[in-house]
Amino acid sequence: MHELAITQNVLNIVLDHAGKAQATKISKIYLVIGELSSIVDESVQFYWEIIAKDTLAEQAELVFRRISASFECSDCHTVYQLDGNAVYCPACGSSRVKILSGEEFYIEAIDVET
Amino acid sequence: MNQQRIQIVQNILSANDAIADQNRQLLNKAGLFSINLMASPGAGKTSLIEQTVKNLCQDYRILVIDGDIATTFDADRAMAAGATAIQINTGGDCHLDAVMLNKALVQADLNQFDLLIVENVGNLVCPASFALGTFHNVLVASVPEGHDKPHKYPAMYRGVDCVLLNKIDLLPYVEFDVDFFRKGLEALNPNVELLMVSCRSGEGLENWFHWLRKKIGEFRTQNMV
Ligand SMILES: Nc1nc2c(ncn2[C@@H]2O[C@H](COP(=O)(O)OP(=O)(O)OP(=O)(O)O)[C@@H](O)[C@H]2O)c(=O)[nH]1
Ligand SMILES: [Mg+2]
Ligand SMILES: [Zn+2]
Repeated sequence: MHELAITQNVLNIVLDHAGKAQATKISKIYLVIGELSSIVDESVQFYWEIIAKDTLAEQAELVFRRISASFECSDCHTVYQLDGNAVYCPACGSSRVKILSGEEFYIEAIDVET
Repeated sequence: MNQQRIQIVQNILSANDAIADQNRQLLNKAGLFSINLMASPGAGKTSLIEQTVKNLCQDYRILVIDGDIATTFDADRAMAAGATAIQINTGGDCHLDAVMLNKALVQADLNQFDLLIVENVGNLVCPASFALGTFHNVLVASVPEGHDKPHKYPAMYRGVDCVLLNKIDLLPYVEFDVDFFRKGLEALNPNVELLMVSCRSGEGLENWFHWLRKKIGEFRTQNMV
């Protein structure tokens, strides 16, 4: 349920950057979201249609790049994805593991018309 | 008409993080040690606050800020235990954010307190994303929730400095594999402190009080330089 707050933050950031570039319209917004940052694409899109109304970003398309959560075992060096399983190493059972990806949570770029 | 791509690469919650930094500065300036207490609904946050206030209020002046969607029940309980308490009603939001905490902080005379406990809204998902600016993040897990929670809510378990596993008095009655829980926690968060407690029987709570005293001491040393 924090998607409304997230959506509001995305809107503020893109309007700020578009304003500085003197854009007349924002056409695309590229978001990078790791699997470990729980947000629901559909909800963001849903709120977008409400809160971006009457702004430069009203018709912007939200493009989500999802990054899967990937881990590496420090003991046997197996690289694995979560896939709904336990978080420790599926090969040797070690819990000495490194997170390689999945925590991303940022706006990468926007396409604008000037 | 010109098409143009603007590279941004900015964290989506950077605005919240900036306010959290301001909160941190406010708290540092007041010399006020603070924790953000998170948990699923009913895990025992308020029970832990009651026990903590009763045990530590001789030595520390304690301020509790309670985030709830509605009602003042939790703030009332903290006050009854002997703390000064401020209630924040989030008006439907499922988490506290740095702005809400900021509004509560500016209401209080922070110099009058030594320990601030922020009780976040009961939720294992949303509060993990919103930094508040407290010195430590603490999670209360509880036995009836089940041993799979670190595996299912990795972001929450990853972002905390101390995990209390509460309601261990129920271990004989509930299927709960402590090792499975611990391994999930270790994988996500190798340096975390895990404390097994029961707010009902009091078992293990002395380890929590000890952890808090130690961290308050560290904060004071760090804050003096
Ligand atoms: N058996 C047992 N029950 C406990 C323990 N700690 C808390 N409880 C009970 O768990 C219930 C919820 O406790 P609270 O402290 O209100 O939980 P909370 O996390 O503050 O709940 P919310 O603020 O509503 O999310 C109450 O009925 C407590 O009495 C414990 O160690 N053992
Ligand atoms: Mg409570
Ligand atoms: Zn391994």
